[in-house]
Amino acid sequence: MRLGAKMVPFAGWLMPVQYTSIVEEHQAVRNNVGVFDISHMGQFMVDATCGRDWLNSMLTNNVDKLDVGMGQYTFLLNDHGGIIDDLIVYRIDEQKYLLVVNAARADEDFAWLQNHLNDGSSLTSRSADFGAVAIQGPRTMALFHALFGENIDLPERNHIVDVPFDGTNVSVARTGYTGEDGIEVFFRANDAVKFWNAALEQGKPLRIKPCGLGARDTLRLEMCYPLNGSDLSPERNPIEAGLGFFVELAKPEFVGRDALLKTKEFGPREKLVPFRMKEKGPPPRPHYAVFCNGERIGEVTSGTLSPSLNWGIGMAYVSSAHAKIGAEIEIEIRDQKFAATVEKKPLYRKPAS
Amino acid sequence: MIIPDDLLYTESHEWIKREGENVRVGITDHAQSELTDVVYVELPKLERQVNATEPIAVVESVKAANDIYAPVKGTVVEANKALEADPGLINREPYGQGWIFVLKIENPDDLKNLKDASAYKKQIG
Repeated sequence: MRLGAKMVPFAGWLMPVQYTSIVEEHQAVRNNVGVFDISHMGQFMVDATCGRDWLNSMLTNNVDKLDVGMGQYTFLLNDHGGIIDDLIVYRIDEQKYLLVVNAARADEDFAWLQNHLNDGSSLTSRSADFGAVAIQGPRTMALFHALFGENIDLPERNHIVDVPFDGTNVSVARTGYTGEDGIEVFFRANDAVKFWNAALEQGKPLRIKPCGLGARDTLRLEMCYPLNGSDLSPERNPIEAGLGFFVELAKPEFVGRDALLKTKEFGPREKLVPFRMKEKGPPPRPHYAVFCNGERIGEVTSGTLSPSLNWGIGMAYVSSAHAKIGAEIEIEIRDQKFAATVEKKPLYRKPAS
Repeated sequence: MIIPDDLLYTESHEWIKREGENVRVGITDHAQSELTDVVYVELPKLERQVNATEPIAVVESVKAANDIYAPVKGTVVEANKALEADPGLINREPYGQGWIFVLKIENPDDLKNLKDASAYKKQIG
């Protein structure tokens, strides 16, 4: 066999796929708490002194809905409505916004925004200045208090607050990519090692585990959260990806709007759907072909063996006629077809406790 | 990392145990520890004839599907059915119950092309 490295180059960063085992790290996040280094993600500051209109013309969701201290999931589109990136925009001050973008797309995002900049707004990349970690899992709250003190309140879901930490201020957002309670903490790059070690130390009694890209991928896929570069691309728009909820077509203008209106009117040719294998067998993987009654109807974009379900799961773009919950499809794996069913999101639900 | 002295090895991390006219094949302790969490094994069909370095089985971790290569030319005479129900045997007993298949070798001289334990040890550092 050919062995892949445990550390992989990822958008110019050397990142761990796993620290110990993907399954162990995955279970730590579902049952206790895990910590992920997300310093590779890009951060931009937007100062929109002429109002929010410019930012609103660049992103699909409506930034007017954000009060100071709130964030929202949104898309940056090209002129054809294709996805350049998916990101979170936080309103951190009356006229100030923080954009947290994917590492692999940060340069492209920045250039695109810069090219469309108007006179009243300014855009700065702070990616090199900030480090970040995600703390995720049902015991997040306990770790938050251990790190920041018992009398500091966790921000509400999708909110961001500044919190003092060891003589400096860090920003804590109640967001994540795992489906568990969680926070993402942004700090000066110089404080990265200090914060990482503090989280691991304070998390010890909570059975914390450091987690790599592998567990990040299985956790997000169980929740059907898309991964840019796999499930999203400049050839796909948010409606095809089933993420129209994060597009406000009622806004008078934003880049890609005309294309999305057309997709909405005529219906997308293909849609991204979650699926689950019907029998135990080889796990589905990206690029495997999808069939129905002998006809090729699409392609898998994400697939794995779900550590929570111990079952093969994935997401695929399939022709819209087959993109219905309960539809019977087949995944071709090494010249053999395996039955699967189109499912509802998410693929994994926490058992009621 | 365990590298038994009485086995032969390939550059691609298979181990080979001579059993008369046959060889038993699995993946090394180093390979399983890099993969972690083997979740599926696709075994070769019996009586299949293979050349050295031809992909013959697939070991899948959570992350990816990995080809296993035939160490020498031969014919598949046994496959470890126990791995279908319990692929984790590869992680727990890579040199024991985690073996993958047995080949009837065509030419015993081919074994001379394989590495001994010290050469494999050197390779993985």
